Amino acid sequence: MDMKRSYYEDIELFGSGTVLFWAIILLAGLLAAPFFATQYHVYLFNLILVHIIVAVGLNILVGSTGQIALGHGGFFAIGAFVTVLLMTKLQLPFFVALLGSAFIAAFFGFLLGLPALRLEGPYLAIATLAFGLAIMHIIGHMELFGGRTGLSAPPLDIGIPQLGFSWVLHSQVSKYYLILAITVGMVLFAINILKTKAGRAFVAIRDSEIAAEVIGINLAVYKTLAFAVSAFYAGIAGGLYAFVLGFFDPFTFNLILSVIFLVMVVVGGLGSVMGAIAGATLITYLMYDLFKNVGEVPVVGDLLVSFSRQWLTVSGIDNFNLIALGLVMIGIIIFEPLGIFGAWIRVKKYWKTWPF
Amino acid sequence: MAFFNVAHLHISFGGLKAVNNISFDVQRNEIFSIIGPNGSGKTTIFNLISGIYRPDEGRIVLEGENMVGKTPDRIARKGIARTFQNIELFANATVMDNLMLGRHIHMRTGIFGGAFMFGSRSRAAREEVAHREKVERIIDFLELQSVRDQFVGGLAYGKRKLVELGRALAMEPKVMLLDEPSAGMNTEEKDDLTIWIKDIRDDFQVTILLIEHDMNMIMGISDRVLAMNQGREIIQGAPGEVQRHPEVIKAYLGEEAIA
Repeated sequence: MDMKRSYYEDIELFGSGTVLFWAIILLAGLLAAPFFATQYHVYLFNLILVHIIVAVGLNILVGSTGQIALGHGGFFAIGAFVTVLLMTKLQLPFFVALLGSAFIAAFFGFLLGLPALRLEGPYLAIATLAFGLAIMHIIGHMELFGGRTGLSAPPLDIGIPQLGFSWVLHSQVSKYYLILAITVGMVLFAINILKTKAGRAFVAIRDSEIAAEVIGINLAVYKTLAFAVSAFYAGIAGGLYAFVLGFFDPFTFNLILSVIFLVMVVVGGLGSVMGAIAGATLITYLMYDLFKNVGEVPVVGDLLVSFSRQWLTVSGIDNFNLIALGLVMIGIIIFEPLGIFGAWIRVKKYWKTWPF
Repeated sequence: MAFFNVAHLHISFGGLKAVNNISFDVQRNEIFSIIGPNGSGKTTIFNLISGIYRPDEGRIVLEGENMVGKTPDRIARKGIARTFQNIELFANATVMDNLMLGRHIHMRTGIFGGAFMFGSRSRAAREEVAHREKVERIIDFLELQSVRDQFVGGLAYGKRKLVELGRALAMEPKVMLLDEPSAGMNTEEKDDLTIWIKDIRDDFQVTILLIEHDMNMIMGISDRVLAMNQGREIIQGAPGEVQRHPEVIKAYLGEEAIA
């Protein structure tokens, strides 16, 4: 039984000592993780963190505001390309470039939000999808963005080299700590946003536009705001992604990537920040790591490889990841439409009321 | 000049004149009811007032300011709140959040202020708490404590009607439009509701426009009544006067009520 003594406890970041305790344990685990992981796994952690930022932002738009979006690969690309260009061409410090690119992505989000005022459902899906594709091709055709060959990221200097204060992060591990700090910040911001005025207005628009209007919510303002905020998140994530990869071309940000972002949010649980985190983690792991080396699976490895070569693919064994991904998606949609977050709620309820 | 004034309101959908030359004045702190059979244009009048439809002709004036042509959210900010016949709540949010949304127009926290709500002394947190106190008073008033943290989608119909009423009340409006607030309630709940509506008028100083089918309720709490049929006014006046009007009895209460 939780007893509350002040209204502030309703909106506190850590509702109880237990939550704070587990949050600290988790953070300690995340800080210690690189010491027990291989170089490759730290790279994978970085990918997961970057995807968490995108998923949390996309969830504000799709889960909370109810506006479907299939073009977040576009904002992700803007974040990556603009951050690198601001650093190499304008010699801006990293953090300024990162924020700058995120605001530029947010501006494009606002622009994409304008047609969204008139579109919904499948029509909006198509409009955003077209945006994602257009960004990819526009970038691919401009020399400024390196054309089809793409760009390589400069050394990640988080100081201000212009003032003689330079702090270059070389290894994946040092980048991991930077990205972890930014991810934690972005997640906390999202939790707070959803608990305050703007977040509630988003949910209101999702549940009933007409009721939202008659209680004084300006639909145009808040819909475009939701697009801008979620594009901002994708922009930040894109800027970090550039340094995780080190080198990228426009086709890194293809349509599949946009779709995968949406999958993360749906699999995690629409409308929940924790769900988005879980979804991004699971899907990234499935795509990039699980069955990466099917041949090394004990006993059945060789069999699976030959089975796959013969029946499942024309190109090799890589598609085991995609098959696992597909199965997980189908399974979750059938058995737990609310996603991972829905399953978590059920487990929590079970323990709270146990043994009844 | 009356506090709230509707003059020569017209709107037609295709060839159908849904609202045809309706005019009425409402005084401050009055309970003004609109009655009429289904399809007579009552809800359409509410939709015109709250800006969901735009009238073909006519004026809607609150405290000397014309509301025609304003968007629904502008009208809400001017002090007109409403409930819906078929309940328009935010089903996947808690009762608390629904009521807090009623405070939307009174809150200042923006997206950045909200994002930086760290600690109980941040601006966003202080504003949040202040408005939660106001909402808590409404929860007390409408006796919603037991469902405070429940999701609205899972509540009984009568409770949801109350949450919607509470949300309108949280807006601290000058005028409140209630569209069949007692529909789906049992006798006991209706009695409570009647008392609450009177209290909203007396204690919260809200002027009320009411659409209702329950004649006991109408006759019990209305100061004045407008009866309409097929988009036109039949009569307006004191409840007793309207109730006795032969055309009202014929159109609305049925032929046998004359006997």
